[in-house]
Amino acid sequence: MDLLLGAVVLGVLLGCFYAAVSVGLSVSFGLLDVPHVAHPAFLVLASYGVYQLNDSYDLDPLLAGLAITPLFFLFGLLAYRVYYETFERRGSDAGVRGIAFFFGIAFIIEVLIILQFGVDQRSVTATYIGKSWRFGEFRVPIRQLVAFAVALALTVVLAVYLSKTFMGRAIRAVAQDEEALRLMGANPVRIKQFAFGIATAVLGIAGALLIIVAPVEPTLDRAYIGRTFCVVVMAGLGSISGTLIAAIILGVAESIVLTMFGASWAPAISFAMLLGVLAVRPQGLLGR
Amino acid sequence: MNKRSHSIAFWAGVAVFLVAVLSMTQIVRNEYPFFAGYVILQFIALAVAWTILGGYAGYVNFGTNAFFGVGVYTAVALFKATGAPLVVQIAAAAVVGMLLGFGVGLLTLRMRGIFFSIATIALAIIIETFVMNWRFVGGAAGIQLQRPPVMAPFDSYVKMLFFVQAILVVIAVGIARYIQNSRMGRGLQALRDDELAAECTGVPTLKLKLVACMISGALMSAVGAPAAMYLQYADPSSAFNLTYSVSALAMSLIGGTAHWIGPVLGAILLGSTQQFLAVTISSEVNVLVLGIMLVLFVVGAPKGIIGLLRPRYRLRAGGKQ
Repeated sequence: MDLLLGAVVLGVLLGCFYAAVSVGLSVSFGLLDVPHVAHPAFLVLASYGVYQLNDSYDLDPLLAGLAITPLFFLFGLLAYRVYYETFERRGSDAGVRGIAFFFGIAFIIEVLIILQFGVDQRSVTATYIGKSWRFGEFRVPIRQLVAFAVALALTVVLAVYLSKTFMGRAIRAVAQDEEALRLMGANPVRIKQFAFGIATAVLGIAGALLIIVAPVEPTLDRAYIGRTFCVVVMAGLGSISGTLIAAIILGVAESIVLTMFGASWAPAISFAMLLGVLAVRPQGLLGR
Repeated sequence: MNKRSHSIAFWAGVAVFLVAVLSMTQIVRNEYPFFAGYVILQFIALAVAWTILGGYAGYVNFGTNAFFGVGVYTAVALFKATGAPLVVQIAAAAVVGMLLGFGVGLLTLRMRGIFFSIATIALAIIIETFVMNWRFVGGAAGIQLQRPPVMAPFDSYVKMLFFVQAILVVIAVGIARYIQNSRMGRGLQALRDDELAAECTGVPTLKLKLVACMISGALMSAVGAPAAMYLQYADPSSAFNLTYSVSALAMSLIGGTAHWIGPVLGAILLGSTQQFLAVTISSEVNVLVLGIMLVLFVVGAPKGIIGLLRPRYRLRAGGKQ
């Protein structure tokens, strides 16, 4: 029984971390309808950026994540521009080729990381990594508590930003009715580009969390395709609060399966849940 | 009349191709060209099989690796259990692939766009996880296989596999060509352009998609079946490697998906470039080239090589222009 309780607690911590890595996709795919399968590849790329800064300058991983955030913001602006010019503006067939495009990008990122860093696992060092707190029977690694706290803060800040600020509301408006916004004199493409920049910038911090929680390797993004899309689809496209709930459900489910059946079944859980959601309730828990 | 002379030319070409392959296995002594050629032929067959659903119908299937891996493991399980010969392994893999295609189709073909693509990735990972936990075929660690003695007229197993793969290419191309020219092909193209309109005008869209998914799946699994014997080894993470999915898709899109010749050209171009690079530089650069070519073609040449070579072709079979 204690084992199960421990699994649930760890699952909640893990879930908040999953929310942080998925929340950007919730904006880019959920709100903007961009089939962004390269999202997890950008995430892993951010982790390697953090690793590099940590390794060379001994910078704290979280600060390193913060440091690369502006870079990722610009990266996002550029990526959306290319996507818009090549696919959305031309219209026809955008879906098929858009997915292929982002898959190609994801593969290029994977290989560039391999060429630069090799295929071995990489990890960061910080004072809070490696220690754990004891709560009676079970221990909680401090790295997971740090990741949990930062992830929760990140998700809440983004949710507040999208619902309370002027720009956040503009982003939601463009997702709902682009044409109406255009008629009111706004430039929907600029807003979408900015939103995509935000969605990518968040990955700077999320990438730091990824490498804090566990060592990373170049092809780790493949496992996160399932996790991030599972969370975003289960949440209901574009729902940030739903993202947190869905991510916690996934985290707890993974943690319980891990405890009960062992690690060899773990990769299939997020994908199985994703298929289940798509088959049973495609609009997600809090569908728009 | 024109159509008929086309057919004669096509089957004459097929006969010349098979004779050339067979005589090559008899004349060339060095085994290396067969090692490399096998992989290229394998990708031609995979790309053509992918196009039946992904190109004609516009459903971007990322589960090529699922079908390929299921083919590999059907052959492995059958060989380990009964020692069945290669032909039986391939036939069994095709049947299992067809059943899997039916299941996958029922589950996912009502989804559109990226949801379908993600669902096919999901199925691949789930099946891979099951195979990883399946002790009989070696689990995650993989399994070593001993090749049975080679059959006449071949003097090495790799040469035989090369010829077998050439036959699979001919079967795949023959089926793709037949579908393209049939009512089914026109139905698939209609639903790719506008599924709702096709449904409204009486095209049985779901049935067509299901059949396309089954045929495509059967071919992909059949192509996977000899892979274990080629490598004398099978393990889940190689058999279900996502690279198969991206390669099949990239080769089709690079060649052009409106005509069966597209994936053939794409696979020859990309496959031989990769074989060359793998020897001269490294296998990582392979994947890099795959990614870059995919992105460049998707952005710059939406109709692929055939779109570049034959502008007039767009009017005939390119759909809406």
